[in-house]
Amino acid sequence: MDLFEYQGKQYFSKFGIAVSPGDIADTVEQAVEVAERVGYPVVIKAQVKVGGRGKAGGVKLANTIDEVRTHASAILGLDIKGHVVHRVWVERSSDIAKEYYASFTLDRPNKVHLGMLSAQGGVEIEVVAEENPEAISFVSIDPLRGLDLAAARKWVDEAQLDEVAQEQAAELLVKLYECYTKGDCDLAEINPLILTPDNKVHALDAKVTLDENASFRHPEWEEFRATETEDPREKMAKERGLNYIGLDGTVGIIANGAGLAMSTLDVVNQVGGTAANFLDIGGGANADVMASALEVINADPKVKAIFVNIFGGITRVDEVANGVLEALRRVTISSPIILRLDGTNAVEGRAIIAPHVSATLITEPTMLDAARRAVELANA
Amino acid sequence: MAIFVDENTKVIVQGLTGGQGRFHGLRNRDYGTKIVGGVTPGKGGENVEGIPVFNSVKEAVAATGATASFIVVPPKFAPAAIIEAAEGGITFIVCITEGIPAHDEAVTYNRLVEEFPGVRLLGPNCPGIISPGKCNIGITSGDIALPGGPVGIVSRSGTLTYQALHELSQQGIGQTTCVGIGGDPVPGTNFIDCLAAFEADPETKAVMMIGEIGGSEEERAAEWIKTNMTKPIVSYIAGVTAPAGRKMGHAGAIISGTKGTAQAKMDALAAAGVHVCLNPTEAGEKMVEIVKSL
Repeated sequence: MDLFEYQGKQYFSKFGIAVSPGDIADTVEQAVEVAERVGYPVVIKAQVKVGGRGKAGGVKLANTIDEVRTHASAILGLDIKGHVVHRVWVERSSDIAKEYYASFTLDRPNKVHLGMLSAQGGVEIEVVAEENPEAISFVSIDPLRGLDLAAARKWVDEAQLDEVAQEQAAELLVKLYECYTKGDCDLAEINPLILTPDNKVHALDAKVTLDENASFRHPEWEEFRATETEDPREKMAKERGLNYIGLDGTVGIIANGAGLAMSTLDVVNQVGGTAANFLDIGGGANADVMASALEVINADPKVKAIFVNIFGGITRVDEVANGVLEALRRVTISSPIILRLDGTNAVEGRAIIAPHVSATLITEPTMLDAARRAVELANA
Repeated sequence: MAIFVDENTKVIVQGLTGGQGRFHGLRNRDYGTKIVGGVTPGKGGENVEGIPVFNSVKEAVAATGATASFIVVPPKFAPAAIIEAAEGGITFIVCITEGIPAHDEAVTYNRLVEEFPGVRLLGPNCPGIISPGKCNIGITSGDIALPGGPVGIVSRSGTLTYQALHELSQQGIGQTTCVGIGGDPVPGTNFIDCLAAFEADPETKAVMMIGEIGGSEEERAAEWIKTNMTKPIVSYIAGVTAPAGRKMGHAGAIISGTKGTAQAKMDALAAAGVHVCLNPTEAGEKMVEIVKSL
């Protein structure tokens, strides 16, 4: 789960990482109230989960109450790459002497944590990474030992951060690592991490991605979940516990397992069709889950055929078959359903479907045959 | 021969008394796997259809001589179950649990490497392993596998593992062992571990490798294949048309560059001499052609 910048900053604060004083605002008047409270000049920042906010006019400096009104009303409602701004973060503007970059993420190939630090932070960090990779200092951290202050001191020196920033930066990096590990982040990134002219180091931005698998030990994440905005189809799917991504094609897809779902998209594409969605019903899918999945796909008006591709492992095919029939009893499915059923209890599953086969409930023996049939019906 | 597990492997099931543990544990036994015990703290002395249940792995190993464990417990308890298995003397651990936090996986993996260097973990979040006709540990439906070799399968995706088995079995091509390594951030066993074992196994004559988008394991495997693998490999990478995944801030872009896309993986594998196919059926057909020409 990606956090908004303001949520990332609030998360950082819990671990003692310095951020600029500020607050959120959903209206122009709230923005004015925050600006008056934190003191001018202020920066007004659009809260959207997409990069390039500054270039899109979503980040503005305001020196007076009138400027706050002007900029806040321009930013609230602004469309940034399809993300409409409903909330801004207003904070006391910082003078910047230097911009650094710092992040922690998992080093998957080496199965340890990876820290990245650069004295050349800011909006062009990806260009720096490509053209001048030695300007980024990488450090591997053993998950069993963590990052201590001594190692952090050595690291800030290697990364050639300014002398005056080094001790504060080292302390901040230890806290950021704590936030990354104890806070169960997939990513904790600060860009830019700034040095002010009066030699203070603090986080000017926050990019945090939380590992949803760790939700069970973070009840406090509930407030982050409440602000998630998404495609209405995706929202409906999530409420039903389904892993769904909306696309623009005409063949609705339901599969069990992310790999099989991806492969189903590939095969539909190869035989001349387009997928309306990616939907993984996961392992252990029962009749209820299957019925919910069909309901979600059915709600998409672009769908002309539904390809259900099941290879049972944990998922039992007989339960899937019952789910399909249950869904057909609950709602009128407006597109033909093409079923391909294999794996655990496939024989039982196919036997459950057999008496109900019709022009709108079709079974095919293989994945490729089923894809061809679905595409043929969707294009008819 | 098979890799990692065979007809002599004795297996305990951690979580045998739970719904999933019971269902899959009994299915594995019905397949012919030597399921010799179960472990559920507090339920020692009970039995599940004749399989004795123990309070701890240590007790189970002492009583049965098991060397492998099948872990079917919720994500909250799975890391501790893995460590308990290693401490109890198990040397091959299969963990199918989905949803373990990435940081817990990183800690568990590194503890195993450091404290229990002889122990192999398969998974988490994997379908398990099957050496057809000999041993099935996990959630794979045994009837889709065909004994006798000569193909080894290694796959990162659960359901595509079944698909691969099915494509080959339908064509009358048997398998030596099929390993589902799982797609979690910190897998205990990776492509290279399995490819090396298949390369060393005299009965495996060719390998089917199923990957998917994300990470760089396939690219790393391709590098390894170039200099170490003499047996033919057919591969399929899922996700050519998959929607673009989440981009993880700048960090993702800095680390991965162009790696991780299906195309990058297919190019790397093709450059290493692997037969790269566009869908599972095509991969199955290519393998039939290779096996017939052996």
